[in-house]
Amino acid sequence: MKNKNLYNYILGIADNSLILGQRLGELTGHGPSLETDIACTNISLDLFGQVRSYYQYAAKIAGDDRTEDDIAMLRKEREYFNVLLVEQPNTNFAYTIVRQFLFDVYHYLFLTELQKSHDVTLVAIAKKSIKEVSYHKRFSTDWLKRLGDGTTESKQKTQQAVNDLWTYTEELFYTTQADNAMISEGIAVDVTKFKANYYQNVNAVLTEATLDIPESKFFQKGGKQGIHTEHLGYLLSDLQYMQRTYPNMEW
Amino acid sequence: MDMGVVRTAIFVKEVVHVQITPTYSGCPAMDVIGDDIKMALKNAGYHSKIELILAPAWTTDWITPKGRKALENYGIAAPLNAEADKDVLLNGKRLVTCTNCKSQNTRLVSQFGSTACKAQFQCDDCQEPFDYFKCLK
Repeated sequence: MKNKNLYNYILGIADNSLILGQRLGELTGHGPSLETDIACTNISLDLFGQVRSYYQYAAKIAGDDRTEDDIAMLRKEREYFNVLLVEQPNTNFAYTIVRQFLFDVYHYLFLTELQKSHDVTLVAIAKKSIKEVSYHKRFSTDWLKRLGDGTTESKQKTQQAVNDLWTYTEELFYTTQADNAMISEGIAVDVTKFKANYYQNVNAVLTEATLDIPESKFFQKGGKQGIHTEHLGYLLSDLQYMQRTYPNMEW
Repeated sequence: MDMGVVRTAIFVKEVVHVQITPTYSGCPAMDVIGDDIKMALKNAGYHSKIELILAPAWTTDWITPKGRKALENYGIAAPLNAEADKDVLLNGKRLVTCTNCKSQNTRLVSQFGSTACKAQFQCDDCQEPFDYFKCLK
């Protein structure tokens, strides 16, 4: 493939949305209330829509006969480049909200920068997606404040989720070889540039939610290189089941 | 056309090229809209090619007055301006007009509704639950 770096770069962006979308989709019919259930699955649908645009573009770049569905459904665990944060399970609603919030703040800043890319297709997807993501960010921010500044139990559970998921935040700012190659061509976003801004935004909301900002400096990474936590395999077996069982099936 | 989803329709060598753009990225209606356009043109005796475009990104500003009226008649409140939209979705203000009894004594039930483009409201006068088309700029 001629444009291997661009291809991998696009998968890196898209896989975050695919895996998070799948996690949120697990809540269909299982959300804590009807409204939050609908909200999580609506956000999931937005993310899947964005994913389609990215994968269609990646398939075009690959230039062979692979389709967006092949890219979404038929890769092995180590060929997914999403960050570890998004594959973490829906342990309870606090984890779902904290995971969403930590990703939304990043996603919003990321798409803001992606609009300045030299690649017109990525710019178009970014401009479309950011409108949706700003609504996601509002939802997760509002809920984080409600849960953090809520009852003793909701506060304790939310603090636990923040403490547990904090270890996956640093990876958002890790750049792979493909990322670096694309940054030098003016196509990719240099995520390291908004790292300080990210933590500033996150910390401000945590403070408002009367939650403690974790002090731990121990961070996990690996997802962007295809080395995942134990959770991804189970998620993929769910995601890929139909396509693996009935190859080429369509709705 | 009235929803601003159809962006252009031009003739190129006997074929109608139609460009459509989604309201939200994940809008599941795009395939149906594309198929319906193709079918309508076919019935009118034209070959057509449908293309999905993303830029410029769709906005609720593109819904025409006729489109807004059609939404209201169907029972979906048309989008307010950006500022009022924020007020009703985030600050609990009562500004959306009930599609059933025209009262403005309406409240937000859920920021997310039956589809990505809508939020759920209820009228406190006639009790009718209804959808509100969210403002997207």
